[in-house]
Amino acid sequence: MAIAFPFSERYQAGSSPVHRADPRVKLAVTVAYVFAIAFTAVGAWAVLALLALPVLAAIALARLPAALVLRRSLLALPFVLAAVPLAFTKPGDTVFELPLLGWTASREGIEATTTILAKSWLSVLAAVVLTTATPATDLVRALQGLHVPKLLTAVVFFTYRYLFTIGEEAGRLVRGRDSRSARLAGYRSGGSIPWRARVVGHMVGSLFLRSFERSERVYAAMQARGYDGELRFLSEHPLRRREVAAGVLIVLYGLAVQAAARV
Amino acid sequence: MSDPPAIEIRGLEFEYPDGLPALRGIDLRVAQGEKVALIGPNGAGKSTLLMQLNGILRGAGSVSILGTTVDDRSLRDVRALVGLLFPNPDDQLFSPTVFDDVAFGPLYMGLPREEVERRANEALAQVGMSGFGGRMPHRLSMGQKKRVAIATVLAMGAPVLALDEPTANLAPGARRELIGLLGDLPQTMLVSTHDLGMVHDVFPRTIVMDEGRIVADGDTSRLLADESMLRAHDLEPVGLTEGPFA
Repeated sequence: MAIAFPFSERYQAGSSPVHRADPRVKLAVTVAYVFAIAFTAVGAWAVLALLALPVLAAIALARLPAALVLRRSLLALPFVLAAVPLAFTKPGDTVFELPLLGWTASREGIEATTTILAKSWLSVLAAVVLTTATPATDLVRALQGLHVPKLLTAVVFFTYRYLFTIGEEAGRLVRGRDSRSARLAGYRSGGSIPWRARVVGHMVGSLFLRSFERSERVYAAMQARGYDGELRFLSEHPLRRREVAAGVLIVLYGLAVQAAARV
Repeated sequence: MSDPPAIEIRGLEFEYPDGLPALRGIDLRVAQGEKVALIGPNGAGKSTLLMQLNGILRGAGSVSILGTTVDDRSLRDVRALVGLLFPNPDDQLFSPTVFDDVAFGPLYMGLPREEVERRANEALAQVGMSGFGGRMPHRLSMGQKKRVAIATVLAMGAPVLALDEPTANLAPGARRELIGLLGDLPQTMLVSTHDLGMVHDVFPRTIVMDEGRIVADGDTSRLLADESMLRAHDLEPVGLTEGPFA
């Protein structure tokens, strides 16, 4: 039965070169590029701008909607929390002082914080391009193709596969509860907040129990069909030389930008 | 307006978010105390229709229960009027013990403690599950889960019952008992099922749905005798005239 469900597939279908490129190349390039971004020195804005170019080019080439990419890149927001204290702890020229607390923010501190923010945002942006232009199952195959440990790829694969099943199960539980959440004239309905919280806790608990039991059934069913710890997919197409070359060029570009900034 | 119909549906249309039309213009009137079976192939819209009765799903058109129209404001009131049984009892049972689950509806309504206990115990007794109050729902057998799920609905004291496949996955004995229970209950019922034997035994009126529409509505014995109509809608005529259900 179709159930309204908040999670949706990350992948946006398309036929651009970014979509069609071998997932292994895309994954490897993205990871290498994120490392290249990580080397950026504090306050090296020109480097960050140059590094942003290939990411923006990929977004344009894949024709990804800007609003969608921006929304997904907000995933970088939690890093703000980790980086903000740096603005106040790094010694340097005082720029402003927080009233009441008496913390002083230094110019150096603010620069360090904004650099970290820009770097994390750019890295997340690169990852967003990857996940939006590559189907999730292809990414798992790419992990396997790049010889990431089997157990890890299996965990990623099954998390993705059953995320939707468990999400729908949670949706049905909520539906079941809502069906019996009634109001009777003359009574105060809804129960106390602690009671409602307990109900939600029980729902989470029962969802966990069911998922756990389901995993045992799924595993038994897989073993029955010969599962030995390795997910086997029909063999990949061979790597295309042009795509590998393009990938290497992108990574070299990132490294070259970093190297030039340090000369 | 002395006696409003238990269920009155006018021009109901509904489409799932993925664009799949599930109900394409349903008009239906069920009088108080009537017991109506809802049959039809998988995907006909039976479950979708039942979920409209208490506003879990909402479509275009109007649904009224005992004179109360289902809308944003009346949602919680309507849920006290319609007890909805989901086809899979695991969707219905989310509490750590059977008793907690049966007590959930009455507790939510804010009934006093003694009344909650009375209703829960009575509902468990009605389905023959007294003494199971302290058990964990996910450890019960399918038949027991199904009966507890029905108890959770009965405990709400709703005058209208919307049951989705109550006999699915039940062993013959458990199925027999459930059919007996449904026959004895006084509530108005709209019950979706593939179990034509039960339809014959319990429900004087039958509605046939296919592709989101009501394609037949009338006397059960007449409809179940119409073999060509049943076959046209993917239903299996059972040998009701000479078989075990006669």
